[in-house]
This record gives sequence, structure tokens and C-alpha cells, in this order.
Amino acid sequence: MSHFERFIAEASSAAGQTDALLLALTVVSVLVVGGISLTIAVFAVRWHAGSKAPRGPVPDRSRVAEGLWIGIPLLVFLGIFIWAAVLFHQLRTPPPGALAIDVVAKQWMWKIQHPDGQREINELHIPVNRPIELVMTSQDVIHSFFVPAFRIKQDVLPGRYTTLSFTPIRTGRYQLFCAEFCGTNHSEMRGTVIVMSPSAFSDWLAANPGEGSLADQGAALFREYGCSGCHGASSTVHAPKLNGLYGHPVMLANGTQVTADARYIRDSILLPASQVAAGYTPIMPSFKGQVSEEDILKLVAYIRSLSVAENQP
Amino acid sequence: MTTIAAEGAPSYISAGYTLRSWLTTRDHKRIALLYGVSILFFFLVAAAAAAMIRLELLTPAGDLVDDDTYNKLFTVHGVVMVWFFLIPSIPSTFGNFLIPLMIGAKDVAFPRLNLASWYIYTLGGLFVVVTLIAGGVDTGWTFYTPYTTMFSNSHVILAVTGVFIVGFSSIFTGLNFIVTVHQMRAPGMTWFRLPLFVWAHYATSLVMVLATPVLAMTLALIAIERLLGVGIFDPALGGDPLLFQHLFWFYSHPAVYIMILPAMGVVSEVITCFSRKPVFGYQFMVYSLLAIAAVGFMVWGHHMFVSGQSMYAGMVFSLLSFLVAIPSAIKVFNWTATLYKGSVRFDAPMLYALGFIGLFMMGGITGIWLAALAADVHLTDTYFVVAHFHYIMVGGAVMAFFSALHFWWPKVTGRLYPDGWARAGAIVMFVGFNLTFFPQYIAGYLGMPRRYHVYPPEFQVLNVLSSGGAVVLGVGYLLPLLYLWWSLRRGRLAGANPWGATGLEWQTPSPPPTYNFASAPRVEGPPYAYQAGGTDGR
Amino acid sequence: MAAEGTSAMAASHFADAEQRETAATFGMWIFLATEVLFFGVLFAGYTVSRVQHAEAFILAGRHTDVLLGSINTAVLLTSSLTMALAVRAGSVGWRRSCAAWLVLTAVLGVAFLAIKGYEWHEDWLQGLVPGLRFAYSGPDAPGVELFFFLYFVMTGLHALHLTIGILVIAVMALLAARGRFSAAYHTPIVLTGLYWHFIDVVWIFLYPLFYLVSRS
Repeated sequence: MSHFERFIAEASSAAGQTDALLLALTVVSVLVVGGISLTIAVFAVRWHAGSKAPRGPVPDRSRVAEGLWIGIPLLVFLGIFIWAAVLFHQLRTPPPGALAIDVVAKQWMWKIQHPDGQREINELHIPVNRPIELVMTSQDVIHSFFVPAFRIKQDVLPGRYTTLSFTPIRTGRYQLFCAEFCGTNHSEMRGTVIVMSPSAFSDWLAANPGEGSLADQGAALFREYGCSGCHGASSTVHAPKLNGLYGHPVMLANGTQVTADARYIRDSILLPASQVAAGYTPIMPSFKGQVSEEDILKLVAYIRSLSVAENQP
Repeated sequence: MTTIAAEGAPSYISAGYTLRSWLTTRDHKRIALLYGVSILFFFLVAAAAAAMIRLELLTPAGDLVDDDTYNKLFTVHGVVMVWFFLIPSIPSTFGNFLIPLMIGAKDVAFPRLNLASWYIYTLGGLFVVVTLIAGGVDTGWTFYTPYTTMFSNSHVILAVTGVFIVGFSSIFTGLNFIVTVHQMRAPGMTWFRLPLFVWAHYATSLVMVLATPVLAMTLALIAIERLLGVGIFDPALGGDPLLFQHLFWFYSHPAVYIMILPAMGVVSEVITCFSRKPVFGYQFMVYSLLAIAAVGFMVWGHHMFVSGQSMYAGMVFSLLSFLVAIPSAIKVFNWTATLYKGSVRFDAPMLYALGFIGLFMMGGITGIWLAALAADVHLTDTYFVVAHFHYIMVGGAVMAFFSALHFWWPKVTGRLYPDGWARAGAIVMFVGFNLTFFPQYIAGYLGMPRRYHVYPPEFQVLNVLSSGGAVVLGVGYLLPLLYLWWSLRRGRLAGANPWGATGLEWQTPSPPPTYNFASAPRVEGPPYAYQAGGTDGR
Repeated sequence: MAAEGTSAMAASHFADAEQRETAATFGMWIFLATEVLFFGVLFAGYTVSRVQHAEAFILAGRHTDVLLGSINTAVLLTSSLTMALAVRAGSVGWRRSCAAWLVLTAVLGVAFLAIKGYEWHEDWLQGLVPGLRFAYSGPDAPGVELFFFLYFVMTGLHALHLTIGILVIAVMALLAARGRFSAAYHTPIVLTGLYWHFIDVVWIFLYPLFYLVSRS
């Protein structure tokens, strides 16, 4: 699908599929609007007042017409619905082995944290042909991460994580927009996504060393905030151990079960009383207002790394 | 306003000339005119804001106004256009004027409540004017939290108070219409003899009555949250910003049907009159109107496909949105079929109505694009959406408003307007509208986000086209103001039924007397008893 | 709309008195439908907040006064009975009896407000008023604050409706005592009754949500 390329790049694996859907919608629209307009024009001209065209009696209603007018649009619409829903499902299903990158939005900039600790503002460097999963949150109001060349968009909310996954298929520089109105400089909350060849990307990573990987920074914060006092391996306090926690189901005190994902860990840090693991007392203090969104993401990365290490023999 | 002595009873206009007689009137026709003047004022306010926006967007840089001012301009444009023009536009003016006439009643069921509605509207409007004088509001008409409750530094509370108040005007108008249609019909005016205009307003009123309180309460919660710093929408306070979006769109999507259903009613009357044929599939049209109103309540989540709402919720809302498009499509098909073997005349109201069908189709079909999940991911929050809803609300609702204005002007004022000018106005408006908004579809597909004060230079060509079109559109709106003003003073007398139309409203003098009919009408047959090819009554 | 009914005696836009009465009653029902949606937003907000802060809502629910809440429920239900009796008396044309039942209903309404006011005062002293005086420092304070926010907004809105209801009833009692109603014409009393019962029904939902939620 390169019909649209001349207008706007198709730089992600989803872009071509979205464009195919849009092309089909264009065809349907032209047929419908054009067809009906033409019909109206023909009727109106042929039977304009005073014309000699035959008139004769016409029925005031027709059950056949009514059936067709419900049936035909219904079939066309159902077809489009299913097509679009399947694509949407693909968009929302992160491919395995995706490279997880953290995005923190604030008025009016995009802050990016790479797993190896590289940080950038309003720029996102990613390797081509590798699935990417952005884990996004906002420090203040709602923003929206929009890259037209990828045909993707996801709102970024304060107080929770949203994710956006895609696979860039073409190297180059692509515009990043904030698409949800966020205040004074909303229209200047823009950035650039730079898709690089894998080798250029490793060069870039090497040339921009961060302050250690996110997991390492998270480990330092884990001690700094005193988390290790209770959750550490040698702690005597009755607190849940975090090794092997990430990605696994957790039984809660109220009998429900949740998966320990980024959101669960974030909530447990900020609102510890809301999801207490079964068998523990709610003694953990809330860290609300004390940990920045970036630091929480680092703690999540650390806890995640505990689980990854566990899984490796 | 000049009046003509009606046969026998004095017309509603000559019933009193003092300001007091207008401000204390209970006559639905006079209240309709009070609304007419008020919504014209707010239309001009919002149009001025739109003009500033289009001027600013001529260049990619922010050179006319600064960013905060720009944000306030599009907010006031949206707030005023939606709540102070579009929602009351057809119902409060033509609905108010015509429903009692069309069903053969002397007035609406609760005339004093009707007048109170106008005062409530005016009070709400006053709050908006005060907001503007105080320095404006910059949240966008959607008032998304937590921006609105915590981060905006503008006059949010004043603005939401204004909208809160005007909501009650809408609720009481809807209530009045529902009771009127149920209880006040003339003998013989059965449900399936009601003109489609009345049916459309009945469906609209149901939406007004059931959706507006949700908006009112939601805005009240916004104001409290902003005032006290505690509430259920701000995540920093333990609240949920998506809850706000759900509640807001639970009202604001049906609100689109508050705008478009009355327009459909107008167009049904005009098409059948100027085709001189009964409307095709009358009952089918009625059921379509009711289906739109009912299903319209279940599709609000399609505004939130990328908001963080769950994927499966998105799928359900998407499917329902496709379903609500079907009754709209049916209406277009039926209007087209009404022309078939008719005796079609191209008077100004008909040109506006045909323009409505074209633009409404464009707006409707692009609604299908936005209901399609994967397409919406790319298109939402871009200029594609802006173009889409302007095709529905301005291309649709406003074209229909002008169609109604030209169709019933002789009934309201007793005077005719110069037909040539009126036809020219319809064409200029149609062309100007397309020039303004079609480029925005393309800009949106190319990725230009909405509510952008400055934008990347590659979008400039499309924006210049759009701004140029807006000048033509502006001329299209000014023309009717001029020749209709002329018509008030110099226009020929219209007589009771200048179009040879069939509705009850045409069986009484123009302008009608205070209690509408000299003697209570009795209805003997179905509506739209036109004879194709027969005499056109002129 | 009640007012619309009372002085519509001379309105000539209705065909007859029966049309006028049905129109007024029907209008009242539609008004109540809008009221349901008006309160509905708050019930939706309560539901969502409760799902998100389940534990906090249980904690917070222990701080409401279940005894006073239950007494108030009894008071309000009794007032519904007296209102029904007033409507009944009105419909058979017993003027003074109707006025007396109306007065009793209004008195019960005032009693409800007094008890409610005392409860709010206690909450104020305990520092449970979000935004103005919130001193709760136990676990999960944000959730508890949300609970009390909803508690004050919902009971406050209910009390506002009740106050309006009491004023309308007072006017009706006065009119009834002056003989403005008869067996043939007593629609305003019927409408007032509808409104009053609606307020009661709202309370019947509020009572378990705020007083019984953590006392199962």
C-alpha cells in the first residue's frame, strides 16, 4: 500500500493497513455520496415543475425499498466494522519481545527514558523493524501521543499508565504531536521520532550513556526510599517479597486476583491500602507526592528486572 | 417590525408594541422571536471568534493573537455555538413557533414555563458574556479534567455556570414540547398524522430531557472540584478523568442529535412541499427519528477510542455507532425517493434543503470513518474530526436553519423576500462551506491536530484555502441578513399560504393571530396530501 | 409546574380542565425523569469511586452516624405516609384535613433537615468535610475524602430538594386551608405529592450507600 506515500509516510507496520482501510472508506464514500447526489440531481431535473416527464401514481412507501435500505447499509457497515476492529485489536496487542520505553508527558514536553538509562526530551530514538512498546503517563493533564506517519495515537493520562505499541519499518525522522488539548503551549508540544538502522541505534545508545540502566537506578531508589527495609531479602518485616512478582498473578486480601503489572506496582506504591496482597496487613505508608513519575517508572523497571533474573536459569 | 392586519383577529405581532408586551408575553410565537434575536446575537459572537481563528491560521506562526488568546477563542467559539446557538437554534425558534400551529393548538402546554425558559437562557448567556468580559475561558468546550479543574487559569467557574443554567432552558423546552405533543393535539390529529417536523421535535425533546441533566450535574461537579480542590475527576485526588469523559459524552453525543433531528424535521417538510408529493415512507421516517434518538444514547464511547478506555468497550461502542448511522441513511434515501416523479421546484428553501442533504451525507459518511476503530486511531483529535462535525452541525443544522428561515419567513412576518437573492445566498453558502471545511478533511488525514495555535508549515496551503473559503461562507451568512431585513420593510405581502403547502400552519393568516386559529381546526386526513404535477397553489 | 397548574384556572389555551390536569401531571412525571438522571450522575460517580476505593469506602462508611441516619429514614418514610394522606384528603375534598396532613408532612421534613444538620455539624467537628475541614489521617485518606465528598454532595443536593419541597408544601397547606382546592380540582397537591415521594425514593437509595455500606 503505497498509494498514500506521496502525501504522508507509511513508516510503521500498521500504517499501510490503516491506509488500506481508509482507501476502502474513501471508495465507499465516493460511491455513496456521488451516487445519491447524482440520483437527486437526475430526479430533480427530470421531474422539475412543468417538465413533460411522465409521472403517474407512485406508492407512498415500499416494504422492499425499506428492507434494502436497512439491509445494504447494515452489511456494508458490518464489513467495515469487522475490518477496523480486527486492525484495532492488532494495534492494541503488543508484539512479543517489544522494546519497552517509558514516556512521561508534562506541560509541554515529552520526556523519554530508555531501558538502559538514556534520557531525551522531545526526541525518541528507536531502531527500525523492532517492535516498540511505550509505557506512558502524565505528570499533570491529559496529553496524547500522536505520530501521523505511524497512524497511531494514544492518550496519556495522569495517575495511570497507557501503552502504545508499534513497529517502525522505515528509517527517518517523523513528527510527534500532542493531540489532546493541554493548555497554553499545546500546539508546541511536539517532537521528533527518529527511526534508525539497528547499528546506528546501537551507536546512538553508546554515544549517549545514561546514569546506568533504569533497573539499576531503580535499585538505588529502592534503597533510598527505604523500600528495601521491608521488602529486602534480609528484612524481618512481614512484607511481600518482590522477586519473581512481576507479570504474575497476585491474590488480594479482598479475594480478587490481579496481575502484577506496571499499573499494579504503581498503585501499590502510591495507594498501598487499595490493593493489599492476601496474608499481609496494610502497614505500608503511601508514597503519594513523594516519588516523581520518572522515579516510579525506574522502580517498576527494577521490580521487573527481579522477575526477569528469576526466570533465567 | 411591520405588521399586516390579519382577517378578523389582530396578528400576534400587533397584539402589543411595547417592550413590556414582548418581555412578559406568553405567546409561543413571540417567545420564538425573542429566542430568534438572542441566538442571532450569540451566533455573531461565536462567528466573530471563528473569523479570528481562521485569520490566525493563515500562517503557521502565531502572529495575530498569542497562544492563550487563541485557546480562549476556540473555547468561546465552541461553547457559544454549541449551547447558545445550535442546541436552541431550530427547537426554540421554529419549534416553538410552529409546533402548536402544526398540531392545531392555541399554545404550548405551559406558556409561562416557555417564557421562563427564555429568561433562563438569557441568564446563562449573561454568564457567558461576563466570562468574556472578565477575560475568557481556555479549556475547550469539552472541559476535560484535570486541565479544567486544576490547571486552567481562566474563568472556568463562570463559564460552566452559564452552561449549567442554559441546560435548564433546554430541559424545560423539551418538557414543554413533549407534553404539548401528547396533550394539545387538535381533534383528528392522530400520532401518525403529525408532520415529521413535530415528530423530529418530539424525538429531540426526549433527548433534551434525558441527557441535559447529566451534563448539568457533571458541570456542577467540575465547579465544586475547582472551588474546593476535592472531587471525583482528578486522579491526583483519587478521582478518574475518564469518568468525566464518559459523563460528558453521555450528554454531548446525544446533543449532536438535539442539533440534527430538528434539522431533519425541517428538511422533510421542505422537500415534500417543493416536490409536491407526500414524503416517501412516512412511518419509516418516524421510526428512524425515534431510533436515532434511542440508539444515540448508547454510542458516546466512540469519542474515547484512544482515551484509555478498554479495547472491548471500544468495539461495542464502534458497533453501536455503525448501527445509529442506518436510520440516518434511511432518511437520506427517503428524501431522495420523495423527489421521484414529483414536481420539483427550486425555491430558496428547497435549495437550502438540498444543500443540507449533500453536506449531511458528507458529514455522516465521514462519521463512519470515525466509527471505524483503526481509522479513528489515526483521525481522532485531528482536523478530520473538525471537518466531520462542522459538516454535520454547520453544513447540516445551520443549512436546515436557513431552509426553515426561508420556508416559514412568510408565515412569521407575513412578508416575502426577493427570491433571486435568496437562491444566490443558498448557493454562496453551500460553496463557501465546502471551500472552508473540505480542506480540513485532508489536513486531518495528513495529521494536523486540532486546537493548534501554531502548526508545521506543510499544512499552510490547506489552511489558507480554508480561511479563504470562510470569507465566502461569511458572505453567505451576511446576505440573508440584508435581504431579510429589506423584506421586513419592503417585502410583498405573503398571504396565508405562499408555497401551497398542506400543514395546519398554512391554514391561518400570516402572521397568525394570538391564539393561532379563528376556530379550532379539525384534522381529517394524513399529512402531506400533495398532488404531484397538480396546481402549486401560487 | 405545580405553579403552572394552580393559576392555570384562567388559562384559555387548554380545551378543558381535564386536559389541563393531565398535562400538568404528565409534565411533572417528565420533570421527575430528568431529576432521576440529575441524581444519576452522582450515583454513577459513587459506583465508580467505590470500585476504585473499595477499602476506603468501607473505612469511611464507619464514620457516618447509622442511628441518626436510620431515624431520618423513618422520619422521611412517615412523611411520605402523611403526604399520601394529604393527597387522599384533597381528592375527596376534605379541606382542613388536607391542610393538616400537609402541615404535618412539612414538619416531618423540617425534622429531617434538623437531624441532617446536626449530623453535618458532627462531621464538621470531626473534620470530615472535604475541601473545607478535612482532618482524617487514617489509612487511604484520599479514598475516604472522596466518600465524604460524595456524601456531602449527594445528601446536600437531597436536602436542597427537600427544602424546596417543604416550601411548596407550606404554600399548598395555606392554599388548602383557604379553600382553593376541591374534589374536582386538586392537581397541585397531587403534583406536590409526586415530588415529595420522589425525594423519599432518592433517600432510600442514599441511606444504604452511606450508612449501611460497611455495616454488613
